[in-house]
Amino acid sequence: MTDATVPGAINPAAPPQTYWRRVLKRFLKRRLAVIGAAFLVLLGIAVTIGPMLSPYSYDYQDFDLLGMPGPMSAEHWLGTDELGRDALTRLLHGGRVSLAVGLAGAMIAGIVGTLVGAVSGFYRGIPDVILMRFTDVMMSIPTLPLVLLLSGLFRPSPPLLVAIVGILIWMGTARLVRSQFLALREREFVEAARALGASGPRLMFRHILPNAIGPITVASTLAVGSAIMLESALSFLGFGIQPPVPTWGNLLNSASSWLSQAPWLAIPPGLLILFTVLAVNFLGDGLRDAMEPRE
Amino acid sequence: MAEPLLVVDDLKVHYPLGKTLFKPGVTLKALDGVSFTVGRGEVVGLVGESGSGKTTLGRAVLRLVEPTAGKVHLDGKDVTALPPAELKSLRSRMQIIFQDPYASLNPRMSVGQTLGEALMLHRIGTRKDRDQRIGDLLEKVGLPRTAAARFPHEFSGGQRQRIGIARALAVNPEFIVADEPVSALDVSIQAQIINLLQDLRKDLGLSLLFIGHDLSVIEFLCDRVIVLYLGRVMEMGTAAGLYAKPRHPYTRALLDAAPVPDPTIRRERITLKGDLPSPVSPPSGCVFRTRCPYAIERCAQVVPPLEEAANGHRVACIQSHELDLSNPLA
Repeated sequence: MTDATVPGAINPAAPPQTYWRRVLKRFLKRRLAVIGAAFLVLLGIAVTIGPMLSPYSYDYQDFDLLGMPGPMSAEHWLGTDELGRDALTRLLHGGRVSLAVGLAGAMIAGIVGTLVGAVSGFYRGIPDVILMRFTDVMMSIPTLPLVLLLSGLFRPSPPLLVAIVGILIWMGTARLVRSQFLALREREFVEAARALGASGPRLMFRHILPNAIGPITVASTLAVGSAIMLESALSFLGFGIQPPVPTWGNLLNSASSWLSQAPWLAIPPGLLILFTVLAVNFLGDGLRDAMEPRE
Repeated sequence: MAEPLLVVDDLKVHYPLGKTLFKPGVTLKALDGVSFTVGRGEVVGLVGESGSGKTTLGRAVLRLVEPTAGKVHLDGKDVTALPPAELKSLRSRMQIIFQDPYASLNPRMSVGQTLGEALMLHRIGTRKDRDQRIGDLLEKVGLPRTAAARFPHEFSGGQRQRIGIARALAVNPEFIVADEPVSALDVSIQAQIINLLQDLRKDLGLSLLFIGHDLSVIEFLCDRVIVLYLGRVMEMGTAAGLYAKPRHPYTRALLDAAPVPDPTIRRERITLKGDLPSPVSPPSGCVFRTRCPYAIERCAQVVPPLEEAANGHRVACIQSHELDLSNPLA
């Protein structure tokens, strides 16, 4: 055997540089992305513990304040709605619901999209044709008319709403994952694993998927933004989470009839939707730059 | 040598192109009837221009590309007809080393994981002694044992190629396809890798199908050489015989194209003009005739059979008896 080891080998003292360590290092250099991430973390904390700290529950009604939206005050920081409920408590509780639906919907979209795209791109041929035409059909369905039609038929429970949100937004991820798989399956390290006798699922999930995780993470992050927007739109139109359970969407809906008299009811949920989606998009862009550096 | 380890018989790889519901499409013949053997412990070189089908041949022998027709036998077992489970166990006996050391290692797996996967897939050793084996493999290819914890991007090209070789060796193969294993490396590193392959070959008794286009490397390493053009064998013979007395104009042209490290030598050369014809519509008769300086009318009419020209030396050229293509430098 060759006895001398190769000169100029790696420095044994330095820790192995894992992929994620390098990603984190690059991510922290993106200011907007870090701000976005910080905003989302703070928002997450606020909607989690905020409703617990509030003296009111989200459906507690102060009957003295019934009939007209109440102004901002020491007792009700963001005022009350026309039913005498505390607006801040409802806003935070609504944030829980909106974020939860957004995250869960995006997760479903991520899983469905990844599976469809992975099978399509890996096996190609007939499975690819069938799955991609199905994806095209799903993309061609106009979302809001469909939802309005459905809303005439039934009111969804929260799990069903999550499923609907997921089913309406998985297609972009599927296409992206498919293109990643198509490219990566031809790479030599995949062929090397095939030459060693690795099975199809092993090639897909052990070799190809980890190398596509960057784009998938980015797409899933951006999908959280779409899911929150979609949930808000659905709830705003009345086809979403039903009152008295608040979400940012239905808060906007009920506040819209008081827009001129009590703008303080509509502005906070509107701004939170705006800033949350913005922060999610900044985060996604930052992750893209950190995970797929063009160096 | 008794029974050869690898027997390739009339191997064809054809790709249908442009076939849709509405039109029939055409056929790209990447490999069109290639036959050869590799003996135990023998190193066979495979040369030819880009697009000649070298890589496809290497892949098809290992059934990484499905052959359209023909047979490949490894130690008597029909590689082309095995069901998946048996093919998997046979894969531990035949391995591949790739050209591009940057593309051939999974960037998300540490070196130890990459080598460990090979061991795991073929149930070599227990979970406990695999680390030991991984360390031994790394030392065998001249890397420190600590390399196991590292990721591919922490290594240079030459080091990565050593890792690729270690992965191929992990399952104790008898036969390895080396697909241009040094073409992507610096010249100084090339020599190291070639010496490593030479050592391993001696120590482990490996049989190699060495694909390359650097003829001096092929001459140094190989016992026999196969010359491929447009998916067909033009000539094959012992390295010494083929280099001293090429019998096919294409072989001579390849030899002439190799640089000679002495600028004072003047020689008559066959220079290839133009590019490889399209494998979708190859020339009639001899596929090389469109670029052959000796082509005559009959070359367009008959497909030259691969005929024995001397002991163990076969050539596919109808004029091989009339032409003297001896290499004046050899």
